Amino acid sequence: MTTDTISLEKAKQLASGGLSISRSGSLRKTVERCVELLLLFCALSSVGTSLAIVLVLGVEAALFFKEVPLWRFLTDTQWTPLFVDKQYGILPLLCGTFLTSVIALVVALPVGLVIAIYLSEFASTRARKCLKPSLEILAGIPTIVFGYFALMFVTPILQIFIPELSTFNSLSAGLVMGIMIVPMVASLSEDALYTLPSALRNASYALGATRMQMIFRVLIPAALGGITAAFILAMSRAVGETMIVAIAAGQQPTLTLDPREPIATMTAFIVQISLGDTPHGTLEYRSIFVVGGTLFLLTLIMNFISLRIRERFKFAYAG
Amino acid sequence: MSASSLHMPADVFQERRAKQRRFERIFVGVALACLCFALGVLLLLIGKVLFDGIARIDGDFLTSFPSRFAEKAGIYAALVGSVYLMLLTGAIAVPLGVGAAVYLEEYAPRNRLTRIIELNLVNLAGVPSIIFGILGLQLFVRVLGLDRSLLAGALTMSLLILPIIVITSREAIRMVPKSLRDASLALGATKLQTIAHHVVPVAFPNILTGCILAFSRALGETAPLITMGALTYVAFVPDGFLSPFTVLPIQTFNWISRPQASFHTNAAAAIIILLAVLLLLNSIAIYLRSRLQRPLSD
Repeated sequence: MTTDTISLEKAKQLASGGLSISRSGSLRKTVERCVELLLLFCALSSVGTSLAIVLVLGVEAALFFKEVPLWRFLTDTQWTPLFVDKQYGILPLLCGTFLTSVIALVVALPVGLVIAIYLSEFASTRARKCLKPSLEILAGIPTIVFGYFALMFVTPILQIFIPELSTFNSLSAGLVMGIMIVPMVASLSEDALYTLPSALRNASYALGATRMQMIFRVLIPAALGGITAAFILAMSRAVGETMIVAIAAGQQPTLTLDPREPIATMTAFIVQISLGDTPHGTLEYRSIFVVGGTLFLLTLIMNFISLRIRERFKFAYAG
Repeated sequence: MSASSLHMPADVFQERRAKQRRFERIFVGVALACLCFALGVLLLLIGKVLFDGIARIDGDFLTSFPSRFAEKAGIYAALVGSVYLMLLTGAIAVPLGVGAAVYLEEYAPRNRLTRIIELNLVNLAGVPSIIFGILGLQLFVRVLGLDRSLLAGALTMSLLILPIIVITSREAIRMVPKSLRDASLALGATKLQTIAHHVVPVAFPNILTGCILAFSRALGETAPLITMGALTYVAFVPDGFLSPFTVLPIQTFNWISRPQASFHTNAAAAIIILLAVLLLLNSIAIYLRSRLQRPLSD
């Protein structure tokens, strides 16, 4: 396309033979080039953001690990940066994050997948058109609202059934977080199912399969890549979720798998330190960068695996 | 399905078919229950917030500053802070995001750099929002010395919504038919003229919709701003780019964290205002899209 325009301009110059046009032509070329560079700069800003994240987390983490050995960070079972006796073991925070995420996924994966199958294979076009935006509203609610809901509504109701449930607990936070990511699981899994070629459906009907056999023995195995990618992305979302757990799960880093107890996730800890008046340059201050770095690495790995699975899957039925 | 089933007695076949039908009915029942559950929670959530907070909303609540006394406290500072933050974020993120989208769709050669930019955008969209808060804290608040100002907050938010704006704008630009570009080039327009006068204006309604959706994401975000160090108690309206600020979700979080129930009522009322603003933004997006979209036959 570029060569076409240039030759056109040359043609113009030749036709008129005037100096003014040739000068304005070269000026225009400079402008075009400058704008292209400017736009390239815009596109590169996202790469800059990623580099800045890695740099910021890396530098502060390096300073942190000068004072706290890496193996103690990974194996110590206590996380008490705000106490007199400071311990920096990431395990309690990892455990809290793991617990809330697992509870969320136990809710979100089956519910999301069943909704996806229904929307893709059973629902009429009109029902789909109405149901999908409704689910998107659920996904668009700010997380702080879910946090309020978990603390003020879900926890009191759960306490009727589980009297020993404390006010802050991972169960309520996990459940609400699960509901929050249902739309995401549903919409990604539905995409994976819906884009399967109709030849697959027709072929399995032709062989005498019922609708349920077709769905569970043909479609789901065929869409497994896309569905797995959706699940991993949901996991990454749950691990990085902040406000729900900061509000409803507590801020007490304990190494427990009991969903009734208050815990602290990695994200909740970062919020806790940010709200306090931790002086810049101290070990406590650096600890948020280390926790943030751990979180960043975890989600990055999950997002990357999910992306690779999706890319592979794209080619599987591209015919 | 197997060969033996072809020779199965009629009654066995009937029975199996009935079983499959039962299975299908049960599955549809379960699926509808799941849908009702998800949408039911949505209604319950909105109902709970309305029930708790609607009585608290009045003119004073909207125009008062926060206070130690729950009954006197209002959201004026937070509301104005949110509006200013969104305006500033938009002024930074929209040109940058749309520019990146135009580059990637119209200029980018198929090379390694382009591939890196694209991969990077996808990954950046999946980074937890709190990480952007940590970045903002170190880069804007500390290194650039912007302190906990409106500008630092807007820059942090811009980085957060940039991937969303780029991805939605790219889709909008991709939907512009190629014939339009060809026609413009054939009439002697340069590439830049084609993009500025034809491609972007045609893609504009969809770009705008994407931007509004990105804003509604930013409006509800709490974690990055708390991490960046935005204040939780602000009894004044920001008076410049470098003024400290607070936003609606942070004010809400502050009220939820307090033990007194009367502050929780305030939190519910603030949430209603937040949801109302979000609803308004999304309605505007839908209206603008239907209004501005010119029919283009390809």
